[in-house]
Amino acid sequence: MKLKVATTVNGRRHEHEVEPRLLLVHYLRDNLGLTGTHIGCDTSQCGACTILVDGKAVKSCTMFAVQAEGRSLQTIEGMAKDGELHPIQQAFWDEHGLQCGYCTPGFIMAAAYLLEQNANPTEDEIRKGLEGNLCRCTGYVNIVKAVQTAAKTMSATPAKKATVTAGGN
Amino acid sequence: MAVTQLVGSKIHRREDPRLITGHGHYVDDFTRQGTAFAAFVRSPYAHARVKSIDITDASKAPGVVGVYTARDFKGLLAGTHPAAPAFVAEKKYVPERFPIAEKEVTYQGEIVAAVLAENKSQAADAANMIQVDYEDLPAVMDLEKALEKGSPKAHLDGPDNVCWDFTYTGPEITEAAFKEADVVVTQRVLQNRLAPVPMEPRGVIADYEGFDQKLTIWMSSQNPHFIRLFVSGALGLKESQVRVISPDVGGGFGSKISPYPEDYLVPALSKISERPVKWTETRSESIQNATHGRGQFYDCEVAAKKDGTLLGMRVVQYVDVGAYHGTFGAFQPVACLMAGGAYKWKGISARTIGVLTNRVPTDPYRGAGRPEATHLVERMVDLVALELKMDPVEIRRKNFIQPKDFPFTQNFGLVVDSGDYDKALDKALDLVGYKDLVKKQAELRKQGRYMGIGFSTWIELCGFGPSAATAPATGGIALVESAQVRVTPTGSVIVYTGTHSHGQGHETTFPQIVADQLGVPYESVELRHGDTAEGTAFGYGTYGSRSLAVGGVAISRATGKVIDKGKKLAAHMLEAAEEDVVFEHGSFHVKGSPDKAKAFGEVAFASYGMNLPEGMEQGLEAVAYFDPPNLVWPFGTHIAVVEIDAETGSPLLTKYVAVDDCGNIINPMIVDGQIHGGIVQAIAQALYEEVVYDDETGQLRTGTMIDYMLPSANEIPPILLDKTITPSPTNELGVKGIGEAGTIAASAAVINAICDALSPLGIKHVDMPATPDKLWKMMKEAGK
Ligand code: FES
Ligand code: FES
Repeated sequence: MKLKVATTVNGRRHEHEVEPRLLLVHYLRDNLGLTGTHIGCDTSQCGACTILVDGKAVKSCTMFAVQAEGRSLQTIEGMAKDGELHPIQQAFWDEHGLQCGYCTPGFIMAAAYLLEQNANPTEDEIRKGLEGNLCRCTGYVNIVKAVQTAAKTMSATPAKKATVTAGGN
Repeated sequence: MAVTQLVGSKIHRREDPRLITGHGHYVDDFTRQGTAFAAFVRSPYAHARVKSIDITDASKAPGVVGVYTARDFKGLLAGTHPAAPAFVAEKKYVPERFPIAEKEVTYQGEIVAAVLAENKSQAADAANMIQVDYEDLPAVMDLEKALEKGSPKAHLDGPDNVCWDFTYTGPEITEAAFKEADVVVTQRVLQNRLAPVPMEPRGVIADYEGFDQKLTIWMSSQNPHFIRLFVSGALGLKESQVRVISPDVGGGFGSKISPYPEDYLVPALSKISERPVKWTETRSESIQNATHGRGQFYDCEVAAKKDGTLLGMRVVQYVDVGAYHGTFGAFQPVACLMAGGAYKWKGISARTIGVLTNRVPTDPYRGAGRPEATHLVERMVDLVALELKMDPVEIRRKNFIQPKDFPFTQNFGLVVDSGDYDKALDKALDLVGYKDLVKKQAELRKQGRYMGIGFSTWIELCGFGPSAATAPATGGIALVESAQVRVTPTGSVIVYTGTHSHGQGHETTFPQIVADQLGVPYESVELRHGDTAEGTAFGYGTYGSRSLAVGGVAISRATGKVIDKGKKLAAHMLEAAEEDVVFEHGSFHVKGSPDKAKAFGEVAFASYGMNLPEGMEQGLEAVAYFDPPNLVWPFGTHIAVVEIDAETGSPLLTKYVAVDDCGNIINPMIVDGQIHGGIVQAIAQALYEEVVYDDETGQLRTGTMIDYMLPSANEIPPILLDKTITPSPTNELGVKGIGEAGTIAASAAVINAICDALSPLGIKHVDMPATPDKLWKMMKEAGK
């Protein structure tokens, strides 16, 4: 049995017939070819698959594709606009917030939501806010720095901030 | 080298734009047309006889292409898994290992059957339908019991459970030292078994093209050339028929060096099915089957004088080998050779015993042997200090190998190339504010609070490694490194290296070296790696902090050869004698007349033309292999500050500082990143992580990320770094490795801090991981 799922991903409409058991993360990767969303575990611990669903950070391995029916999704591929990096992406680059890069898309998406909720988080709030994402390479030091830097640039140029949530419309 | 601008600078990483935008290429990110997907059936038992396998239902399941058991691979896959002799050349018993078990399974997770289907879920569904009839056998789990006469055996037909038992130096070598001793301290020190957990699990895609007889493998590997060597051999193909491509690799930490059963089975399945085959490991499969690290214990005795002079050490290392000898598993005994640390000793005796058990094999994990050595010696030195009521700083200083002693031949004949241990220690003491901390500690103790300060004055050997040391250790192939530098007619430069990055940023740092040396824009230098079809004939991979100290030097030498040829050609173009031509800032000019010059680009273009000196061939490219004369020896001081909650036993790291010395630095940002990550991996070993198997049944109890505790940002304290720079005399770049330093150093600092915190309770030693419940129990017990 297959069910229809219609979503908007990074501003584009998609419609597919999928098996009801298909996880959203597999739908994004295998059906839509959006392989920037990664899979790091099978127990919803690692956060490598984090995306925004109607503006909220969600681990896309915790949802079935069919549950995304009618929703607006944003993945890492939708973060840079018109060839310009999102300030969070830029900050990860500037602060060396990644090494192997496997966890990075998930962290960037989680950070986007975190900063949307709290534009000026303290170091502690950043560490707590990113608790659902695991990185094995960086020791988190530069990830925290990157989020701090992004927070600064984003509050200095509030227009950029809008792109975080606007992507899904 | 030319006057540098790039070397030593923070250059943004080149690999990042694709990785931060979701356009990286990890192996699971692509699928060939017509791919069949593989799933494996794995033993749920630690040790069992396989009586029968019923594949009837699975074979008829929707989408199934085929179901295969050991018999189907006979004649297709030859031989047994490779086991490099590494540091223990003499092996007692190395069980044969076929990638798929037929009659007996010896660890939970060992493969007994494979399924191919049209998609992943169909493959997984069909794998669940395979009925395997097992007869459960006793599992060998405890190392000491495994060594007893009459113990059950990890392999039914093995002689016993001894994989190796090797004495480097006997106790007689320490007799004089122990006779002279005022104090002798004895301790058993555990090394918890760890799962490497790179965030990207493994994955293999194989495409065997029958008419061409060519096999292409895409996989997540630190070591593509070695994989080509092993897999081609097993499949009866020539190395030249096999191409291994390792694209972006999502971390490795040692777990992607050795070949795995799936690395043989997936190509074999492609050959059988005549289709591309893809397999992606799940996280649970990874924790269960990817090689583990550590899994050891040490019985150690140290003799010292009243004044704190260290005299002698006796070490017996017990290594949990697991069910099979990991390909590079016998590297772990290097811990014995490094047990003396940064100190001078009259004598050290060392013996290593490798014990076969019914657990997944152990193999190198970040630091491999050197974290264990540091942890051991730094713990023992603290125990001596405690016994003598000495300051841990003072005892270290008293026994350090001194700057004037280098090159220093240590107890096992290894030559420590350079160091200045006091300097790093001084800097770290300043950075942490030691004097104030000691005062604060005294105050807190009065209030009944448990605050501790822990030291690790670590040293490391890395950069494998001289051919004389490594060829015997691998069973023939010397761990040197190769490089090729090719200059195109328009002067852009492509550099090939046999190392392979899995997060270390080689695409950035290696071009920094080359661009400086050639005096060309950084943007015109590209690095290629990870594909056996490109570059030199053989590459040696990335592990053991070797990429820069061996691979980087090879690149620099190949670049040097390009410059040499360029000089000859420039002399011809300038109508000058070759000896009169100098190369500076990207241009060849005649000595004393800087305007008689040819830019590097002009010479490159000319090299593809017709006006060459007599006998010179066209083109501008060179290959170099670098065989380092010695290993390189980084060092440093790490200090951890911890407070333990008196109510809950929960240890809170409040401060962590590290002063490290890795010689000259190419890109400080990347060096710091490596140190951060390394430190956190060791903090994780000290406080959180442990692979736990049931002692009786051998069932893995930490098989998912729910039970295997990887720390998140919330568990990790801010980390403060600084450096000293003592260039290595071993290579012309003056560089040492930094990939493992943090991991080598940090566990000792953390555990020493915890022991220091609890010393008022009379607690002397705590094993890893120092979990709250463990500490709480110890504190309760001590308080009685
Ligand atoms: S893959 Fe979704 S949380 Fe790990
Ligand atoms: S950068 Fe490798 S896991 Fe985070």
